[in-house]
Amino acid sequence: MVKNRINKLFENKSENVLTVYFTAGYPELDDTLEILAELEKAGADMVEIGIPYSDPVADGPTIQESNGVALKNGISMQKIFSQLKTMRKKVDIPVVLMGYFNPVLQFGLEEFCKKCKECGVDGVIIPDLPILEYVEQYKDLFDSYDLHNMYLITPQTSEERIRMIDENTSGFIYMVSNSSITGAKKEISEEQLKYFNRIKSMNLNNPRLIGFGISDNKTFKTASEYSSGAIIGSAFIKALKESDKDSIADKVHSFINMVKGEKISQ
Amino acid sequence: MSKYAVDERGYYGKFGGAFIPEMLYPNVEELKNNYLEIIGDPDFQEEFRALLKDYVGRPTPLYFAKRLSEKYGAKIYLKREDLCHTGAHKVNNTIGQILLAKRLGKKKIIAETGAGQHGVATATVCALAGLECKVYMGAVDMERQKPNVERMRILGAEVIPAESGSRTLKDATNEAMRHWINNPQDTHYIIGSVVGPHPYPDMVTRFQAVISEEVKKQLKEAEGRENPDYVVACVGGGSNAAGIYYHYLDNPDVKIIAAEAAGKGVESGETAATTFKGTPGVLHGSMTLLMQTTDGQVVEPYSISAGLDYPGIGPLHAHLFETGRAKFIAVDDENSMKAGIELSRLEGIIPAVESAHAFSALNQLDLNENDVVVINLSGRGDKDLQTYINWGKY
Repeated sequence: MVKNRINKLFENKSENVLTVYFTAGYPELDDTLEILAELEKAGADMVEIGIPYSDPVADGPTIQESNGVALKNGISMQKIFSQLKTMRKKVDIPVVLMGYFNPVLQFGLEEFCKKCKECGVDGVIIPDLPILEYVEQYKDLFDSYDLHNMYLITPQTSEERIRMIDENTSGFIYMVSNSSITGAKKEISEEQLKYFNRIKSMNLNNPRLIGFGISDNKTFKTASEYSSGAIIGSAFIKALKESDKDSIADKVHSFINMVKGEKISQ
Repeated sequence: MSKYAVDERGYYGKFGGAFIPEMLYPNVEELKNNYLEIIGDPDFQEEFRALLKDYVGRPTPLYFAKRLSEKYGAKIYLKREDLCHTGAHKVNNTIGQILLAKRLGKKKIIAETGAGQHGVATATVCALAGLECKVYMGAVDMERQKPNVERMRILGAEVIPAESGSRTLKDATNEAMRHWINNPQDTHYIIGSVVGPHPYPDMVTRFQAVISEEVKKQLKEAEGRENPDYVVACVGGGSNAAGIYYHYLDNPDVKIIAAEAAGKGVESGETAATTFKGTPGVLHGSMTLLMQTTDGQVVEPYSISAGLDYPGIGPLHAHLFETGRAKFIAVDDENSMKAGIELSRLEGIIPAVESAHAFSALNQLDLNENDVVVINLSGRGDKDLQTYINWGKY
């Protein structure tokens, strides 16, 4: 497949890549595109947009709640694609869609890939689509639409399986920082650092990003020492939720500044 | 090899598999790589069989229901799973899984429960094995099924309310899966039905298969034949049904009948009749039939019976439906309650509301007087007294 924005990002930047996750249709139905555009302006390197689902088993309370609110707001796959239709007029950074398999399956795999390509989506993460099923049934389809499909690895994932995932996927490898669902943890432990080092020394083909439990400047910096960067989700959702007084732009900028350790403007 | 057995990848035809995030993969893989060997081990079988006999009270009787038979004009036998310790078939599976968990070196047990029967059966075997037990239960269900909550607590289990989503069985299952993701090494998750990622549907089916194993012997003694004309069971997730169907799946002379909960009616919007209203999709780690919106969001089911109040069915049952091997019948609240009262009056047995659905299915069968029918009386009605009282028409 051709190189897309994800490949180019990692060609140009091998450290401190900041990826931010947020849920489509949250806090308000039509906030999706504005949050995306503000994230780019504030200095995020890549964005992951969550496709809300009624039963998000891999997610902690914060993202679960945002999924529920977004669904109540009336978000749907169709709506997400119509919100993202014009995003490439405003936004240049890579955009990844992350969602559970069932909504994608019901939408139709081919239709999903086609819409992703039309909108300029660069990759997807479908955590509960087994990699063997992906390789056998869907990989050619994804490749034909220039869509990367990224997979997760955890501290429990065997070396053999990591190699298999590395061989069969492109874009980046999503390193789950510890054995857990999404959501902020206190600190990064010694044991986690050992795991980060172990994976680093495997010299994988794909760049690695560390996610789950990354919430602030300290955890972002630590994760970035052992990989190309980090993915932040729950902490950003909390920031979006927190104050109704600030505009979305203010919330996004102050959050990104906090994570990057830059002085808060204003 | 049976046409209805699971394949190496965990599929029954196009249903099944293990659609799980990577965080669950090691736990499920460990189970997948070990369950057949552990279950096949003679020491395991000896311990399992001894507990089924002395602790659960197996074999459960196969009872010829004379007055019910007269009423419906057929020879009707009841498989008395309601006489199992803890009051339902659920304990067959929890005994099996607790022994397996011990052999895997697990120290802690988690489970989900809807009506509380599986939770009680899990709390029971945890007490028996001396393992720590946490049971996730929808906050709404905890309110509806207070006596079972207290039973679990008396048995030493911690009952954790699932406050996410609709706060019922499907959410309790989600919470249990999340807990397992967070505690991958020392914890075993005892799923209560033939649902979930492979190998759960097959493993639970194997533990419940003792039901039809016994029926074959008992029917041979009673009727001089191993095979009935009909086996009938209710299907929520489908574990009691899988157990009573198992040894008959490859015998096409045995008609397989599955009673689903229609709730307030198949077309009422308040139903749990999955094969009538469901479409293929992924729920709790397996490809199966489930009730969902066109956008792939899981729809909240409804049934008067908390044990049938589930938006999907096990992948084996989806396969039996798809291939036409089983005939699915929808039974609404009203008719299930009537059937429950009828069994109480004709045979002196108050069935669980779940099992009452299976009895109501008799009205939809075209029976001859020589037909031999075996109905799985999967649980007793003690837990449902309040439901009977609220319904009131007796």
